[in-house]
Amino acid sequence: MGITLKEITKCYKIGEETVAALAGVSLEIKNGEFVAIMGPSGSGKSTMMNILGCLDRPTSGSYLLEEQEVATLTDDELAKTRNKRIGFVFQNFNLLSRVSAWENVALPLVYAGIAEKERLNRAAVILESVGLASRKQHMPNELSGGQRQRVAIARALINEPSIIMADEPTGNLDSRSSVDIMRIFGDLNEQGKTIILVTHEPDIAQSAKRVITVRDGLIISDEVKEQYHV
Amino acid sequence: MFKESIAIALRALLANKLRSILTMLGIIIGVGAVISMVSIGMGVKEKVQNSIASLGSNMLIVTPGAASSQGVRSASGSSITLSLEDAEYIKKTVQGIDYVAPSVSKQYQIIAGNQNWTTTVYGITPEYMAIKSLTVGSGSFVSQQDINSRNRVAVLGATVAENLFGEMNPTGENVRINNTPYLVVGVLDSKGQSSMGQDQDDIVLVPLTTAQERLVGITYLNSISIQVTKMEGMDQAQEQITSLLRQRHKISGTKEDDFTVRNLTSIMAMMTETTGTITLLLGSIGAISLLVGGIGIMNIMMVSVTERTREIGIRKALGATYRDIMLQFLIESVVIGVLGGVFGIFLGIVAAFAISTFGGLNTVISAVSILVPFGFSIAVGLFFGIYPARKAALLDPIEALRYE
Repeated sequence: MGITLKEITKCYKIGEETVAALAGVSLEIKNGEFVAIMGPSGSGKSTMMNILGCLDRPTSGSYLLEEQEVATLTDDELAKTRNKRIGFVFQNFNLLSRVSAWENVALPLVYAGIAEKERLNRAAVILESVGLASRKQHMPNELSGGQRQRVAIARALINEPSIIMADEPTGNLDSRSSVDIMRIFGDLNEQGKTIILVTHEPDIAQSAKRVITVRDGLIISDEVKEQYHV
Repeated sequence: MFKESIAIALRALLANKLRSILTMLGIIIGVGAVISMVSIGMGVKEKVQNSIASLGSNMLIVTPGAASSQGVRSASGSSITLSLEDAEYIKKTVQGIDYVAPSVSKQYQIIAGNQNWTTTVYGITPEYMAIKSLTVGSGSFVSQQDINSRNRVAVLGATVAENLFGEMNPTGENVRINNTPYLVVGVLDSKGQSSMGQDQDDIVLVPLTTAQERLVGITYLNSISIQVTKMEGMDQAQEQITSLLRQRHKISGTKEDDFTVRNLTSIMAMMTETTGTITLLLGSIGAISLLVGGIGIMNIMMVSVTERTREIGIRKALGATYRDIMLQFLIESVVIGVLGGVFGIFLGIVAAFAISTFGGLNTVISAVSILVPFGFSIAVGLFFGIYPARKAALLDPIEALRYE
């Protein structure tokens, strides 16, 4: 179960040259882990995140997600996989600006083919769990950064995925909100969700139980923190 | 999913009201132009059709065929098989016909006082008036009562009246036809010359039964005129009449008809072609503006897709498939087409009404001339929406999410 990457490479063609953003990455993440992926910009961590998040396909290698090979899926199959198994939290929130927080949260359920009434009911419950029950009708631009990110987390959770992908989730937040958001991730991990956090801030990576460092398309270190060793 | 896509599309259109309306305007003007232009074309067609109908273009004329005796064939019309019962039977059984007017005719010298005039006397029924578009200037026309009692009454054509009575009103006077007195009950309004150069006012009309039994002394008819309700029904009516008469006259197999059914299709064909060309010309002017409106839709949809690249990226990241995105944008452009079409119909009807009221042109609006442009507006929305929608649906989610 969980995630298994085997010899994943991802190459881009820039003009005549072929650049390998990932040069053979093998990795295993079990269910319920809280992993931080670190690395400077250009290290390949975003590419890794895209592949882990089923937004992109590797050039070669194998990616088993919940024991299903996803490296060879079509675009639409990948879309369905994202919808069902993965919740995204982005640095810049990526909420739809023209619809309310409530409907933003319910959006993944639209693509899961769930009826409107149930969508809104479920979204209300999730919004309450992130402490935004009173902000349901607000538009994203009426919310603070921390509140927006909580809406985004609620949206990531609504279809009950096993994995939450967070790409620099605190990058646009002040330190107090950052602490709040990281606490939510911690709580979610306690509840058994797999959290994969991409960041370049060591402070943020500290909240994770396992830190993977990437450089030049390769994993250069993979350490599980002492207190979490079994 | 379809329901959601409509909701998403409507919301997007409402978010950019002015832009949506301006885009729609292209379709509104296009549909309005097609409807009003075609209404003018059809108005012209109707007018021409009416004036040609008065010449008898929607008329079928049944005449007796040539009698033949031992291989010797006489002149056409010499057969004596066409009867009043045939005419009545046609009226009863053939569908899509308005009037059936049986008639007999023969030339006689007409005498009134010291004047005389030789002309054709027609034995007719009251339906003859409608079928030939005749109007009575003074007095009355031949009535059913006259037919039933074989009255010796006559209705004079304008030329005959003038030659026999000059300035005097002949109504109530007597004329002698074949040395028998007839009471003049009415005078026809002048119809002028026919398209063949015949003086249509040089006639005298008497009741059919009077003519058959008291004047000419025959039991058959010289012709049956049949007015068909619709031009389109001409061929069908002609066929029905032919088979009916063959049956009644007991003509079977390949034996030749003892009658002829003629029509004035050449005039009709010419008219249809001319007015068809006019309608086509006017309609295509409108169609071009509809096309331009469609390009407007495509233009705005392209802008909209670019503008909402990020939204598309978000939707795709959250699980929207190719079909979901395609549907969302396609419905948006179809909604523009549909709404534009609806408003365009109103504009077109108002314009057609204004043209006929203030422009003095005859305009005709039919269900087809509304529904076809409406259908086209939807098709235009669909067609010109495909490319932008496809572009949106094919966006790479990573690129789209990164788009600023």
